[in-house]
Formats: sequence, C-alpha cells, structure tokens
Amino acid sequence: MAEHNEHAGHEHGAPTGFIRKYIFSLDHKVIGLQYYFLALASVFIGMLLSLLMRIHLIWPTAHIPLMGEIKPEMYLTLLTMHGTFMVFFVLTTAPQSGFGNYFLPIQIGAPDMAFPVLNMLSFWTTFVAFLVMIAAFFVEGGAPLHGWTGYAPLSAIPSAGPGETLGADLWIISIAIFCIASLMGALNFITTILDLRCKGMSLMRMPLTCWAWFITAILGLLAFGVLLSAGILLLADRNLGTSFFVPGGLVVNGTQIQHKGGSPLLWQHLFWFFGHPEVYIAILPGMGVASQLLSTFSRKPIFGYKAMVYAIVGIGVLGFFVWGHHMFMSGMSPYSAFAFSLMTMAIGVPSAIKTFNWLGTIWRGRVQFDSPMLFAVGFVSLFVSGGLSGPFLAQPLLDIYLHDTFFVVAHFHLIMGVAAIFGIFAATYYWFPKMFGRMMNEPMAQAHFWLTLIGTYAIFMPMHYEGMAARPRRYSQLTEVAWLQHLMPVEKFVTYAAFITIAAQFIFVFNLFWSMFKGQRATDNPWHSTTLEWTTATPPVHDNFGCKTPVVYHGPYEYSVPGAPNDYVMQTDPTPHGGHVPKEDKPLEAE
Amino acid sequence: MGLALLFVIWLITLASSWFFFAKTWWMPVGASAAAAGIDRQFAITYALMGIVFLAAQLALGLFVWKYRDKQALKAHYSHGDTGLEMIWTVLTAILFIGLNLAGAKAWSEQRFQPAAADATKVEVTGVQFAWYFRYPGPDGKFAKVNPADIDASAGNEGAVGVDTTDPAGKDDIVVGTMVVPVNRDVEVLLRAQDVIHSFYLPAMRFKQDAVPGLIIPMHFRPLAIGDYEFACAELCGLGHYKMHGIMRVVSQQDYDKWLAEREAEKAAQ
Repeated sequence: MAEHNEHAGHEHGAPTGFIRKYIFSLDHKVIGLQYYFLALASVFIGMLLSLLMRIHLIWPTAHIPLMGEIKPEMYLTLLTMHGTFMVFFVLTTAPQSGFGNYFLPIQIGAPDMAFPVLNMLSFWTTFVAFLVMIAAFFVEGGAPLHGWTGYAPLSAIPSAGPGETLGADLWIISIAIFCIASLMGALNFITTILDLRCKGMSLMRMPLTCWAWFITAILGLLAFGVLLSAGILLLADRNLGTSFFVPGGLVVNGTQIQHKGGSPLLWQHLFWFFGHPEVYIAILPGMGVASQLLSTFSRKPIFGYKAMVYAIVGIGVLGFFVWGHHMFMSGMSPYSAFAFSLMTMAIGVPSAIKTFNWLGTIWRGRVQFDSPMLFAVGFVSLFVSGGLSGPFLAQPLLDIYLHDTFFVVAHFHLIMGVAAIFGIFAATYYWFPKMFGRMMNEPMAQAHFWLTLIGTYAIFMPMHYEGMAARPRRYSQLTEVAWLQHLMPVEKFVTYAAFITIAAQFIFVFNLFWSMFKGQRATDNPWHSTTLEWTTATPPVHDNFGCKTPVVYHGPYEYSVPGAPNDYVMQTDPTPHGGHVPKEDKPLEAE
Repeated sequence: MGLALLFVIWLITLASSWFFFAKTWWMPVGASAAAAGIDRQFAITYALMGIVFLAAQLALGLFVWKYRDKQALKAHYSHGDTGLEMIWTVLTAILFIGLNLAGAKAWSEQRFQPAAADATKVEVTGVQFAWYFRYPGPDGKFAKVNPADIDASAGNEGAVGVDTTDPAGKDDIVVGTMVVPVNRDVEVLLRAQDVIHSFYLPAMRFKQDAVPGLIIPMHFRPLAIGDYEFACAELCGLGHYKMHGIMRVVSQQDYDKWLAEREAEKAAQ
C-alpha cells in the first residue's frame, strides 16, 4: 500500500464558528450525528405512518385529527411512504452512514474519513432527498400509492391512481438523489478502510463492525448505481414519452396509453438487483454491532473471528445473485427460479454460521446484562426468528402460496426491520457514552428493551399466521374477501401491540435527550472494551486521537486472556501477555 | 436478569410455536392436484425450521442465563473451534440445499410441463379493479383483443376488448364468475389491461401475476366441487383490496350445461 501521511487530504483544523462546527461540518463525528438525527426524525415519521395504517385496518371509519377518515388510496400512500422512509432514511442511514461515519475512522485509528468534503456533501445531499420526499406529501394529489417497490406500470402512468402524478415524480427524484448521496458515502467508506488504517491494524485485526461497514459500502457502491439508473429511466417513461417499462396497448381508466414495447419485468429486475443487496445494507452493520457487543459483554473473544469475516463477505457476494427470488410469481422463466432459489438457500449457510458463532461467543462466557447487551441478545433472537421464515419464501413451490402475503411482511419486518433497529438501539446504548460523554439512564433503557422485545414479537409473529391464512399484503381493508373476515381478532391484537410498542419508543427518545444533559458522567472506557474508540478522550477530540496515531498490537476481541491483569486487553496494549494466543486452543476439559 | 431473559425468550418461542402447531389461522383445505405436494413440502419445511428455531432460541435463553456474570466464574478464553464450525457449516448446507431439492420436482410439474391436451382453456384478464374470464366458444379459438375496442360500458366483451371484426370472436364468451369442470386441467391464460395484477386462489395453491404486455399460460387441476374465492395479490391501485371473485368448480355435466347456456345466449345476441 502506498505510503501516506495520515493527515494528508483531510488537514482541517478544528473549526470555531457554529456553522462550520455543527452545520456544514467536515468532521466525520458531526456528520455521523447528523445522519443519526436525520434517521431519528425519519423513524418517527415512518412509525406515525404505520400507526395510522394499523388504526385504519381495525377502525376503517375512524376520524383522524387533521386527516379525517382514511380512504383506501390514503392507506396505500401511508404504506408506500412508511416503507420508503424506513428503508432509505432509517435502515440505510443510521447503521451505516450514522454509526459508520462516527466510529469507522476511530476504530481503525484514522483522524477522519478519507474525503471529508465528500462526506459533508453526501450528508447534505441525503438531506435534500429527505426534503424532496417530505414535499411529496404536500403536492397536489399527494404522495404516491405504488408501494416502496414502485412496480411499473402503476408507478409509470400518472393516471393509474391518485398520487401517481407529481407526488410520484418527487418520490423518484428523492430516491435518485438519495442514490447519489449513498454512492458518495460508499466511495468514502471503502477508501477510508483501504487507505487510512493505522499501524498494526491489518484487515484481519479490524473489529467486525468495520468489516460489516466495509462490505456494506461495497454493496452500496454496486447497488445504488443500478437503482439510480432505473429511477432515471422511470422518470423518462413518465415525462419524456419513452417506454422502458410500459408495454404497448394499455388502457388505463378507459384511456389508451401511448407507449409501446416496454417491459414491466425490467423494472422488477433492476429494482431487486438493488433491492436485495439493500436488505444486507440494512442488516450487516447490525450483525457487526451484535458481534462486537456479544464478545464485549460476554467477556470472551468472538467465536470464530475468521469465519465471521468470511460469512459477512459470503453474504455480500451471494446477495447479488438472489434478486430473482422476489420474482418467482412475476412471469419470469420458471427455470431461472431454480437457480435463484438455490443461491438464496445458500445464503442460509453463512447466516447460520453467524448465529452459531454468536451462541458460541456467549457459551462459557461471563455475561453482563447492560442495556447494549440486552439489545444484542434481542438482535440474535430476532435474526433467528426472521431468518428461519426465509427458507420458506426461498422455495418457489411454497412461494406460490406465500408470495405477497403477510408471511412475507412478517419475514422482512423481523429481519431487516426490527433486528436492524435492535442493532441501532444496541449501538446507541453502547456508544452513547463515547459520543456524548455521559451514560444513558439504565432503568429507562431496560424498560425500553423489555417493552420493545415483547411488543415487536407481538406485532410481527401473528402476521405469519395471517400469511398462512392467505392474507394478501397491501389490503386497506379485510371486509371484502370472505376468507379474511376471521382474521379481525389477529388484526386487533397486532394494532394494540403496536400502540404499546410505539409508546415505549418515547422512553428511548426521552432517555436519549435527557441523558445528553443529565446523564451520569462517563469514563473513557465504561464497558471495558478493547477497540480503539475506547482509548481516546470522551467525547473524542477533533482529530480523534489528539495528534497521536495509535499503534495496534492485537485483534479486536481479547477478553479474559489468561495471565493478563484485566479481563480485557486493549488493541493498543504493547505488553506481550495479550500477544497472540497460541493457535491451538486450550482443551475444553481445562475448565 | 439472566433468568428474566431466559423466561421471556422461551415464552415467546413456545407461544409462537404453539400457534403454528395448533394451526388456529391456517391454509384452507387444498383442493387441487398440486396441493398435496405443496402441503407436504410445507410440512417438511415447518418440521425442519421448527427444530432449528426451537434449538436456537432455547439455547440462546439457556446460555445467557447459565453463563450470567457470577463472581466465581471466569470466562473461558477461546477463539472458536474449527471442527465444530465445519460440522455446522456442512450440516446447514445439507439442510438448506436438500430442502431446496426436495421441492424441485413439484415445482417442475407445475411450471415446466404444459397443461393436459384436454384442459379447459380460460383467458383471465385483470383490470383495475375486476377480473374477466373468457371462454373461446365452440370454435375453440380466442379472438384477438384490440385496445381500441376496449369499452367498459359495452358489456363484458367490451371490457376485455374483444376485436369485433375477428370472426373467431363471434362465439367468445366473457363472464365475471369463473366456472370450470372438476378433475380436469384448467389452463388459464393470464393477461392484464393496465397495471400488474396477480391471480390468487389459495385453495388451489395457485398464484400467478398477470402482467400487461404478456400472456402467461398456467395450469391447475381442481379436485373437489365447490365455490372457491380468488383475490388480487399484487398492488394494483386503490381498489386492490376488493378485486376478488368466485371460481365455481362443478361436475363435467354441470359445466357442459352451463357452457351450452352461455353459448346459446351468445348466439341469440
């Protein structure tokens, strides 16, 4: 690797003015927090939209303040925008751009990201995308109703439904801008990891969080470009008279549509070529955080570090060959379903390796139950629950029955929604002391954990049963189809569970802001962790390590090393007792 | 705290499993030739995934409790066990790939092989927000469909856009309720006029998207007489939730009678 001066290219002294310090900041830590708070605002928007959906499903004629009665088209708008905000502005933004930005440079011993100006640009571009998406609510016709997947021709023909006019254009433009921002972010992450690791920080000594951010960035680089192109083509179909996704001979609302020769399936291929890797963009950082926390709070090295790295890489690579499993019922060749199904099943293998290794990490450890650990354990439980419905949906034979039912809704909410959010919560409770210099309130954190764990299971587990009872997704009411009538009690149960779970999130937000000002002062390493962010000041200074560059001597998870004075050996500890432990492990009977 | 985690994780696991086991909310009884194979594959998958689910969750609860922080206990210093990792990697690979292959035959029977030669042919058209079913009539031929002829106010034939100048269209029958004979393949030709719809018949274990610009042939064989409800499974707009209807499976005799009546009606027009 080329020689480099670790300050070259990002020599920017600590700014003093408010605007350069907090608004247009070049500091990766400030940018990370900006992303985090953008995601926090978005998650409340997404949650509010889902609350309105749940209310409408069980009280279809309820009068909502400022909105009145929710109409079927309004319900579809709610679900479209719920999915869009959650997937793009929460699950893509918080784990990767938020925590990744803040902690990746510190964990690899760098003073900043490789391209600080690009970093600032990528945040503010994301912010513009956010504003454009919000604007879609307020234009004439409102926000689109085509679902977050935006299947053409519904999304391509303005007369196909309310909200498919200007609202749909804004939706596509917002996502296109978001793609550009994500591409900038991905480039920055990859360059930073490849070029700015400090002395001794070999790739195989990186914390698993960094590995997850690294692979996620590569996925983002390859996936967002495709979505960006697809979005531009869709805009052209809508506004320039092209026919990429719209075939000839359509009659919508009694009017012939002047397009010819396009393919609705092309949109699905392009969308899911992005969409499936996107699932891993959402969940991989959570896996990294869970690995880091399970090791730290079990006071035990991660079980099978190398296998964990290979599993992340394996999931990332396989993730690009499985998009067709979203399209088994689309009219795509049934032969290709074979290949897509086999590749999808193959992803189960690295996923299972990760689960086994998490269990192996806890096994014979000394488990501490601080709130970050509770959420990490919750992550594993949710990952297992959400993951095991995957092999049903990966089989085209079973997908005939399950496709587009609530079984799918249950599956992806548990794994890419709730599990990923548990990763965000775990990371928040774990890194809050480093970010703000204070501890979060533990009793509030515990209350938040129990209510959220039980609440989210109560919301999403019953949706599997509804899917088995053939309840199609994206139905604004269950009153029409006879076989759905008996599901009303389940719907009610889910809505009540959602009320409680959503209420519990206010405990979290209150704790977050209260602890920023009133929390107990934190020490530099409150969890007795080993990685580099815990060697520096709290909160870290502008260039992270105060003009010094750390030197790394160990792997990231040296806990309970025999002979060491503490039960943790910092990565920067030069003393030999923490040195590399003999390859052959102590035999198991030597307890 | 360890005990509380164990209790809650186990309770969630067992309660969730109970409802899968009790089948309180479940699939309707299968009524097509393919249903037995699909339901069998469901059962195998449920059994295997259920075992993994129980094992993983119960172990997670057990471990966090058993290895909770106690003064006397020191964590075991270990970086893993390559042998164990090989074992579970190979086992999961066999499990997942095997599961995949087990279902492959039933899938190929449904999707690779064409309908039987004596299949009842029905063209199914999805329109925002209704389904239309077209039978070719005595000549056995469907007339062309012409977008310019689509006129929802001109009866069912107009709604589908049957080309009035095509001689094969003189005897085409278009209805809003699907009627098919029992114990014979039904070949559906799926079309969509505006956006994507999906024809979902849970009791037949059948689903297929209807895509504008494509005619997708699919088949299934109903095995029991009765009325079966179908619904749209692909988001198609504001009326998506009410785009449903009935498929009546009747005896061959009743089917012939029904068809003869429709043909007579058509001829009288």
